[in-house]
Amino acid sequence: MLLYALRRLIYLGPVAFGVSLLVFALVHLAPGDPISAIVPPDTPKEVVDKLKEYYGFDKPLPVQYVRWLLVTLSGDFGTSIGTGRPVSQEVGSAFGNTIILAIAACCLAFSLAIFLGTAAAYAKSRIVDRLVTSIALVGVSVPHFWLAIVLVIIFSVELGMLPPMGLGPENATGWRLDWPHIRHMILPTIALSVIPLGVMTRTVRSTIKEILSMEFVTALQAKGMNDRQILLHVLKNAAPVCLAVMGLQAGNLIGGSILIETVFSC
Amino acid sequence: MAIQSPSLDLTAGAGTGVRLTPVAITRGYWQSVARRLRRDPVTLVCGVVLLLVVASALAAPWLGLSDPYKTSMIRRLYPIGSPNFLLGTDELGRDMFSRLIYGGRLSLFMGVTPVVLALLIGGFLGITAGFLGGRVNMLIMRIMDVFYAFPSVLLAISLSGAMGAGAENTLLALTLVFIPPICRVSESVTTQVRGFDFVEAARASGAGTLTIVRVHVLGNVLGPILVYATSLISVAIILAAGLSFLGLGVKPPEPEWGLMLNTLRQAIYVNPVLAALPGVMIFITSICFNLMSDGLRAAMDVKA
Repeated sequence: MLLYALRRLIYLGPVAFGVSLLVFALVHLAPGDPISAIVPPDTPKEVVDKLKEYYGFDKPLPVQYVRWLLVTLSGDFGTSIGTGRPVSQEVGSAFGNTIILAIAACCLAFSLAIFLGTAAAYAKSRIVDRLVTSIALVGVSVPHFWLAIVLVIIFSVELGMLPPMGLGPENATGWRLDWPHIRHMILPTIALSVIPLGVMTRTVRSTIKEILSMEFVTALQAKGMNDRQILLHVLKNAAPVCLAVMGLQAGNLIGGSILIETVFSC
Repeated sequence: MAIQSPSLDLTAGAGTGVRLTPVAITRGYWQSVARRLRRDPVTLVCGVVLLLVVASALAAPWLGLSDPYKTSMIRRLYPIGSPNFLLGTDELGRDMFSRLIYGGRLSLFMGVTPVVLALLIGGFLGITAGFLGGRVNMLIMRIMDVFYAFPSVLLAISLSGAMGAGAENTLLALTLVFIPPICRVSESVTTQVRGFDFVEAARASGAGTLTIVRVHVLGNVLGPILVYATSLISVAIILAAGLSFLGLGVKPPEPEWGLMLNTLRQAIYVNPVLAALPGVMIFITSICFNLMSDGLRAAMDVKA
């Protein structure tokens, strides 16, 4: 087990290297060069060359890559040539808001999914199972940015209950855990949680169903263990698969929040 | 991913020289799949709905619809049910019904094409990695891991953001996003099938590598890979629409569901139901693809 974990960690090296190459390549895929984005089009060529030299854009790409990698690894993300502010600050504040939203959506989606999935797997009546499977299906099929718009239409435009956009009340700075801020989070959190909810409910349901059909469950029942204790055994066995899918979903959720945040942006 | 298709045992029989011709067996398997599909009302209904959406999108120019590009400043945002405009008009006075039907062309094309391309490329890479194993497997799968490290939505957005808006770039970005998962599934099924006794038996009876791949491996891995790929179509449709919604996909004035959702967003206070319509189309299509995929999985007896 420890050996396996170590081996996976060693694999991480080349993969991280590949990821850094990909990120670097992505920036250079963009048409045009970064200097022409910040200077007026009639800037004399000498000035542009000077700027290129200053930022190091005149060096060949591999040299730029190594320089960027070394500097980034030391924790310095540089300054944005667009705004002149440190990149870590620019990204950090935006990332913080995304993370708050993502955590809320994760909590909502995962807790509901574990409950619904387990209920469906245990359900004796077909109706419960059908209902949960339908919810899961809607979750994986609904375009979440559209759902966000629909939620805004229903709760903000028609009912006027919740704010349609923004991060918190006007003229408030930063984020605090109070009702005015939470009010702004309700709709985006719901919209963001539908996809992980659908995927996780499906995963939890099928995993628990599979475990319930295993012989050890019958053995535990024969031993006379009560249902609550058996459920604990079952959940423990379902945890690895479910946790793995949760990890992937959490990553996807941070990516998907771009779409939701667009809907709720001012 | 366990493979429990009936074809498995039968192909195994063919490999070991039991007197059953592979052709007849394959037909038998697909016949039973078709029979099970016919008995599944949900899948049938979804199939019909999808057929309608696809057919109307393909036949849009011949359906006698009004011009989806024709704008008019005097008839903006007509409500649903207006005379001459069954589903009203959008923010530039274009006929919504016509635009929704025409929108299916791009939306479906942008959803299905990347999955098909990724199926070809990722399937090839995955089967190669799984069948050859060793260093080749290591190389291919580690490269896939690099792409896997990015959440799919993020990868799609950053790729099309970097390459610029436009339908071709979106197709390219989405194809790149779907290659790794298909490759991973293909690799894992192929690795499993490769270890089965019938492959060993075929090799012992003198079958060449190409024959083994063609008859024994492909015959058993294509089913699960196909089923997995169909389950990605709905994701692809939503992602493609999402990219257009962000302004990274199809450019205006093309009718496309995601883009229409974006441009109609300003109209949610005036005509909310109208503004939500393109999303309904995306939702219906994606839910049908998902149900079809589930039906296919059940009919083909592939375990998730």
